[in-house]
Amino acid sequence: MAATAPIAVPGPVVKPLPQPHAPKPAALKVGEAPRELERQPLVLNNRSIGWITDAIAGICEKPMPKWWWPAFIVSAGIMSMMFALITYLISTGVGVWGLNQPAGWAWDITNFVFWIGIGHAGTLISAVLFLFRQKWRTSINRSAEAMTLFAVACAGIFPVVHVGRIWFAPIFLAPIPNANTVWPQFKSPLLWDVFAISTYGTVSLLFWYTGLVPDLATLRDRATGKIRKIAYGFFALGWTGSNRHWSNYEKAYLILAGLSTPLVLSVHSIVSFDFAVSVVPGWHTTIFPPYFVAGAIFSGFGMVLTLLIPLRALFKLHDIVTTRHLELMCKVILATGSIVGYAYGMEFFIAWYGGSPYELYAFKNRAFGPYWWAYWTMISCNVISPHFFWFQKLRTSALFVWCASIVVNIGMWFERFVIIVTSLHQDYLPSSWGYFTPSWVDVFTFVGSFGLFMTLFLLFIRFLPAIAISEVKGVTPQADPHHPLGGAKGHH
Amino acid sequence: MSASTNTSYGLLASFETPADIMDAAIKCRDAGFTKWDVFTPFPIHGMDAAMGVKKSQVGWFTFAGGFTGFFTGMTMIWFMNSHDYGLVVGGKPLFTPLYAFPVSYELTILFGSFATLFGLLFLNRLPRLHHPLLAVKNFKKATDDGYFLCIEAGDPKYAPEVTRTFLVEQCHARLVETVED
Repeated sequence: MAATAPIAVPGPVVKPLPQPHAPKPAALKVGEAPRELERQPLVLNNRSIGWITDAIAGICEKPMPKWWWPAFIVSAGIMSMMFALITYLISTGVGVWGLNQPAGWAWDITNFVFWIGIGHAGTLISAVLFLFRQKWRTSINRSAEAMTLFAVACAGIFPVVHVGRIWFAPIFLAPIPNANTVWPQFKSPLLWDVFAISTYGTVSLLFWYTGLVPDLATLRDRATGKIRKIAYGFFALGWTGSNRHWSNYEKAYLILAGLSTPLVLSVHSIVSFDFAVSVVPGWHTTIFPPYFVAGAIFSGFGMVLTLLIPLRALFKLHDIVTTRHLELMCKVILATGSIVGYAYGMEFFIAWYGGSPYELYAFKNRAFGPYWWAYWTMISCNVISPHFFWFQKLRTSALFVWCASIVVNIGMWFERFVIIVTSLHQDYLPSSWGYFTPSWVDVFTFVGSFGLFMTLFLLFIRFLPAIAISEVKGVTPQADPHHPLGGAKGHH
Repeated sequence: MSASTNTSYGLLASFETPADIMDAAIKCRDAGFTKWDVFTPFPIHGMDAAMGVKKSQVGWFTFAGGFTGFFTGMTMIWFMNSHDYGLVVGGKPLFTPLYAFPVSYELTILFGSFATLFGLLFLNRLPRLHHPLLAVKNFKKATDDGYFLCIEAGDPKYAPEVTRTFLVEQCHARLVETVED
């Protein structure tokens, strides 16, 4: 790696502010900022622009490290197991799963909501933090967006295969008439969901690709082999780094961020409508849209940390994905985890205050009924565990953060399970009550979806820059023409 | 134009730092060049003003796409659930914009995003299979850590020797080379 020597940093120079009307300038002298108020740089050790290119592009140019092939083979094996089980499901029928009346939705929709929620952090990082000008997002947005795409791919599988006779799926998914010339029913949130999820997947792909174009050009210009040159060159679309192009590009990027922000908020709101628009006690609540969105961001940041902490350790990216990045993500988890905890409390309060005996029963049944273990797993993972992040010592320990991020993911899977299964298994008529137990096919199909997710992620880090090269360069002081490190002379 | 400049695409000047190329861009703008561009590995803040580049028009494409998307959603749902085959569900009206809103909202975003990407490609005249600059070996640094300024031979103010001198002496270019077309 052609690491350039670190550039010397001049010490903090704080000039007294010009005070035209001040009678005694000496009394208004501005002192140096205290040490603790200084912001840590986003890229540590004053790495040069060229070092950033080498460090990130180098990952997908050099042969993969030894662990990559075993990891890939295991992931691909788990993924194949999922496809085999889906073939079994389609050829035999949904009876191979454990769900049946009264719990007609169980692990399938739990997994769907779980994976869609995971995806939301990617869009939050790439779009919402961009609009808020949070420059730290540049180190993590590319891999988080990739995670979004792969999570949406995993999510999309479950609602499609759970329908039973899957060969009829195009008729009730796409806006085409069935054999009796009846069109799909647009008053149903399930159809809104089809449009929300497919739009979300497509727009996330467009946004991700737009961000990739300048970096693909970097890879094209560094490529040595012919195949790489052609492949990267094809997808780089002839990008030259022209400022007239950058001008349109930055505008388009801002607009895509502006479009993705209302999109991501609408997607999980519409997912929550699948439940909230029904009349099932425990589902029919107005708190669902904001509560689902907060939970989605909470779980998504958990997954970003689960992926990024090993990634930065294995590829030695500590100068680009710094402890400050981890800390900031932990703070988002703390904030959204607190919102989720508040929502759990408020749900219970409204169940009592609302006066519906069925609603109150549904909530008592959640906490103390046959699925009490799932409810209390959810509470301990989602309500208690994020509060460890109040302590800086824990936020800065990569190992602790990684373990906590997995706990968050477990908790959020249980949240969806609790909402779906505990509400369905005992609703209005005691004669129709039941108890859902997953079959082995349920369990291994879900495990298999992690295989798909990891396979796609491993291919991503193998062939594409896992960190946005041009964006990380853009937030360094070396890129600022008004900073001494960017070449600014004294007169600036 | 003489025969010798016919094969030349222009002059490519390279710079060391963002500040250097920004100063050079200001000088080129003030010298009245029109067919010229700056090439950098990342967008440099303030470069649009330094070059005198007008505000990007991408937003109009987004607006057109988003408007089309919303209109498509509303029309499609009205046609399908009210006009062509009226579906009565829960005693609700055959069509109201309320239940058609979520899908139309998603289509606004979907069409708007596609229009933004295609608008971006159209305004940038991309994809492009080849560009004379991409054949320059040194230019590969434009996507790494190099800063370049190119004045095209098609510029009315372009004169090979005078422009080269201008780039070296006025703009303090580190290196100036002729780009073959």
